[in-house]
Parts: sequence; structure tokens; C-alpha cells
Amino acid sequence: MSKDLREQFANAAEAGRAAFVPYVTGGFPDHGTCGELIMALDGLGSEVIEVGIPFSDPLADGPTIQQASQAALEAGATPSNVLEAVGAIAGKVDAALVAMTYVNPVLALGYVGFAQRAAEAGISGVIIPDLTPEEADDWLEACDKYGLAPVFMAAPGTPPARLERILEAGKGFLYYVSMDGVTGSDLELGTERLAAMQRVRATSSLPVAVGFGVATPAQAAALAPVADGVVVGSALVRRVQEAEGPAEAVGSLSELAAQLRGALVR
Amino acid sequence: MSSSQASSLGPLPDERGHFGPYGGRYVPENLMPALEELHAAYLAAQQDPSFHAELEDLLANYAGRPTPLYEAKNLSRELGGGRIFLKREDLTHTGAHKINNALGQVLLAKRMGKKRIIAETGAGQHGVATATVAALMGLECMVYMGTLDMERQALNVTRMRMLGATVEPVTSGSRSLKDATTQAIRDWVTNVKDTHYIIGSVVGPHPYPLLVRTFQSVIGKEARAQLLEREGKLPKAAVACVGAGSNAIGLFHPLLDDPIDLIGVEAAGYGLDSGEHSASLSAGKPGVLHGAYLYLLQDPHGQIIEAYSMAAGLDYPGVGPEHSHLKDIKRVTYATVDDTQAVQAFMDLARLEGIIPALESSHALAHLRELAPRYAKDDIILVCLSGRGDKDVSQVAAYLEKQK
Repeated sequence: MSKDLREQFANAAEAGRAAFVPYVTGGFPDHGTCGELIMALDGLGSEVIEVGIPFSDPLADGPTIQQASQAALEAGATPSNVLEAVGAIAGKVDAALVAMTYVNPVLALGYVGFAQRAAEAGISGVIIPDLTPEEADDWLEACDKYGLAPVFMAAPGTPPARLERILEAGKGFLYYVSMDGVTGSDLELGTERLAAMQRVRATSSLPVAVGFGVATPAQAAALAPVADGVVVGSALVRRVQEAEGPAEAVGSLSELAAQLRGALVR
Repeated sequence: MSSSQASSLGPLPDERGHFGPYGGRYVPENLMPALEELHAAYLAAQQDPSFHAELEDLLANYAGRPTPLYEAKNLSRELGGGRIFLKREDLTHTGAHKINNALGQVLLAKRMGKKRIIAETGAGQHGVATATVAALMGLECMVYMGTLDMERQALNVTRMRMLGATVEPVTSGSRSLKDATTQAIRDWVTNVKDTHYIIGSVVGPHPYPLLVRTFQSVIGKEARAQLLEREGKLPKAAVACVGAGSNAIGLFHPLLDDPIDLIGVEAAGYGLDSGEHSASLSAGKPGVLHGAYLYLLQDPHGQIIEAYSMAAGLDYPGVGPEHSHLKDIKRVTYATVDDTQAVQAFMDLARLEGIIPALESSHALAHLRELAPRYAKDDIILVCLSGRGDKDVSQVAAYLEKQK
């Protein structure tokens, strides 16, 4: 069911591309439409699709994803029903599916309970922005038990010794946060920033996916040579928010996603 | 420094900021270097006599410490039982215990070379204290505050603005302290290089619960020494209100090794059964919010439930990790008091002692009605009067008008 994340990145590299890693908020605007968005992103050749499990206080997210999460929660999204909805379509997608959420919704099911349900839903890895390796012993054990990849983040300020520790704890890929900021912030890609990413990638024993603030094909193109994968979240979610209805949402999101993926050629 | 006083409980927190299972660091990776930097600055400051000298000078000559310890004889007579002593944190500069911590943290910020200060506030007292110390040190200051709290604490909003701070309205969620805190953390993630986040209570990621406790412990240390000097004995009980828990830890921590009943009072709002309250310890369960593992109000899916209290400073769905631990090991007892009881206590203290207490502190006072009669006539009950009630006068007047 679940796919090998490293293999997904390797496949993209073989095709001369950085992997495309789009994000959708689970249960937004509703489970059915969210499933269609995932299918559409898969159809475009996304290597990894990130599914957000909404949390009431998302510390690492900007207003766009916060609002989408809030809307999903108001519509009744829970960790269990988002995982169920993902499980219902996981068999039909070629992309590897990764869940992104915060510690507290995971704890509500328990580390082991959450890992089990995620694995059963065909999830390959889990990103928890507010869980660092220092507090992750029980989580790592649970992931190990169910064959899930615990994906950790590194940031521009992460010192080398910490980076090493993060790489030791993580599996699947390293999520490199492009800047100090929340998701959906303005990303400026100066030479210094790109050079910093290259340095991290040179050190990394895992594929490196860069995310936070990537919104345009030009940014994706600039990142493709320095990253193994590029994550795009808020810009895609905004397309869904601005759409008149589900059909328009799928069309509008697909249009941007196709442009972004097309820009990842090296 | 103060860890020796908790020797029977072991030196808490441990190296990684845990009080038993509680505390720790649950934050986006961007903040980890800043937390390390803050912890290092704190440890260095603790070893540095010049830091203590500067802080002590400011506490004495700027904040107005030591604060008086006042025996509330009229209140004691009315309630019957033990002798009630009030630790008058309401008489500090800016009118609440929050100034103790703000002064300590702003000195750390200066040592770290930060140019900008951010804070979150509920009742506004922490915001006012932060705006005050930022003005004193010439630092840029931004305070996040829920729009609901801006309405009910309009006086403090004006004060912060007069002090040169920008008050940033937060409209998400419950529009109160929880959401202001979430916004402040997001700001910090974005501006972490030049910004210090002055957290106002014993919550947040390590080292905040430790350093806020250290800066607030002056309350309990002073009160303990004052009682020994004046009465030649320790109190039988010590009582403080608990929102996130900073004035309570400040009072309790230096008393943990003494044979004293320690009682924290949470806000029951409209009553525990109503579901609209802020009683995280009495009615919550452990989870992670704003960087730490602690008792939380949450639904079965791990979503944070919005807290409610008439007292904006208690209106937070979590409580500090040290309180969470002290509850579990039963060293501190946690009680609850609802809005009506708090307003009654607010009026009682004004009428009997000529002191208008903060609505937050009124929760501690309200519990005395139940507590005081359990003690003998010469037993001392120490209460932290954490702040004054100027900010709450119009809110209480409106409440009373509605009850008529």
C-alpha cells in the first residue's frame, strides 16, 4: 500500500526533475472534493502528496492554511475521518502520501494508534512540525512498528550538529524550511539562500524537499537545481479558497499545479 | 538557584525542561536555536552578579519591591477561621506581578542583543508590563491581544499604546489569550533573529516555564521572609489563582519544601458542568499546546477547546507544566471558583478592606470563603493578590447591573 519515499525522489531525479510535493488540507473544502484534488494532483505526476490533518492552533502555518484548517474543522474533519478518506483513495494513486499535522491531534489517538491508522490508510510518512527529535522517542518507535517514515524539518538557523541529529532520526526525506516564517509567507530566493540549501543537501543522507513560501513556477524553477523536491501548499490551497465551487477548485488548482510541476525540470 | 528549594521533588525541570512528563520543547524547528540561545543567556545571567544587581535595582527602585504583606483583619473576621495575609503584588509598578517577569526577561533580551520585543496578553497586565519595560530599554514592542480581550480590557489597551507599543488585534478563534499566543509564536517564527518573545506565564517551550518561575519566585521568597520576620512562623496555607499559573508558581515554588497546604484556584466560568470555564487541571487532560506538554482543555480529537472566564487573564485552555506535575504528585491542590463567586469576592475585598482586586486575584479570594474556616484562629493563610482591579471596574459594574 504505502510507497517508498526515497524511491519517489529517485524516480524524479532519474527523469531530470526535482520531485513535486503538493499539499492539500484534509477535509477541505469537504472530504469528497479533497479526494478529487488528490486524484488530480496524482494525475499530474506528483511524486509525493502531503495531506494536512487540521489542527485548531497550527503554529507553523500562515493565514491561508490556518483558515482552510478552521473551515475543515467546522465541517467536521477529525484525524480519524481524514485518514479514512485518504485510505479510501490511496490504492488509486501513484504518488506517495504523507500526512502533515501537529502533536496534539496525534496524541489524541496516541502515537501508536495514530501510526497504525496512518499506515492502514496507505500513508508513507508523517510530518509533525512541532515535534523535534528531542521529544520523538515514542513516536519513532511507533513509526518503526508500522513502517512509517517520520519526516523531520530543518531550518536556515539549524546548526550542523542539530542537522546531523535530525537526519539520524528522520526517514523518507528531510523537509527543509526555506526561511524563518510560516507557510505562505513571501519567499525571496537570493543566491545566499540557494547556497544554504545546497549546503544542506550536500550534507544530507536523505532526499531534501524544500517548502514554505513557494508559490510561483519561477520559484519552483529556481529551487529545482538545489533541492530533491519542492513543496507547495498555501498557493494551491488559495486556489481552492478562491474557487466558486468544487469543480472550479479542482480546475484552478490543477492549472497552477501543472505549471509548478512543469517548472521543476533541471 | 531556586532548584535547591525543591530538593525533595528533585531538581525540576530536568535538562530538557521536563517536570515529570510535562514541559519539554514542542516547537517548529526554526525556534530551536532561539530557545537554546535563551537558555544559554539565562544560565549565564544566573551566574553573573551584575545581572542580579541590575534586576534587583530595578525591582526595588522601579517596580517597588518588596511589596507589602498586609493582614486583612476585616476579611478574616468576616470569613472566620485563619488569619488572612495578602501579598500585595497589586502595589507594584503597572499594578500586577507581571512586571517581575517582564523586567527579568527584558534584561535577558538586552544581553542577547535583541532589538524587538513581542508579547501576548489576556487581561492586558502582561502586555502593559512588557510595553513598560520595552519603553524603559528603548526597544520596539508589539503586543498580540484577542479582540474580545481588547474590548473588555480597553483601559490596558490605551495604556500599552501610550507606552509606545503596537497592540495587534487577533481575530481568530476565541479572540482571547490562546489565539494571541498562537499569533505571537507565529510572529516569533518569522522574526526570530532580532526578536525576543516575552512569554507572560509559566507555559511555552523550555526554558520559559523555568525562567518565568525564577523571576516570579520573588513573590514567595519575600512573603516567606516577611512572615518569619513579623510573625515568627510560616503560613499553614498559601492560595493563588491559576490561569496558566505564573503568580501561583511564584508564590508556591519557594514554599514547596515547607509543610504548607498549597492551593491553586482555577476559573470555573459559568460552572464546570457548563463546559464554559478555564479549569484545565480540574477538567482537562494532558496534551501539547504552544510548545509544551501540559494539562489542556481539548476535545476527543485533540482540538483545543476555547476557554472561558470573566477574568481575561485566566481565560487560557492550558496550565503550566510544573502545575501539571504538582497536581499529579498531589503537592498542590487545585480548586475552582466561578464568575459569580469571583465577583462576590471582588466586592467583598473592596467593601471590607478598601482594596479593589483584579478579577483574576478575586478567584483566589473567593476560595477563602470555603478555605478559611478550616483553619484555627492563629493559623496564617497567605494569599497572592496578584493584581489590582482598576482594569475590571467597568466590567464588574456592568455585570452587577445585569444581575439587578
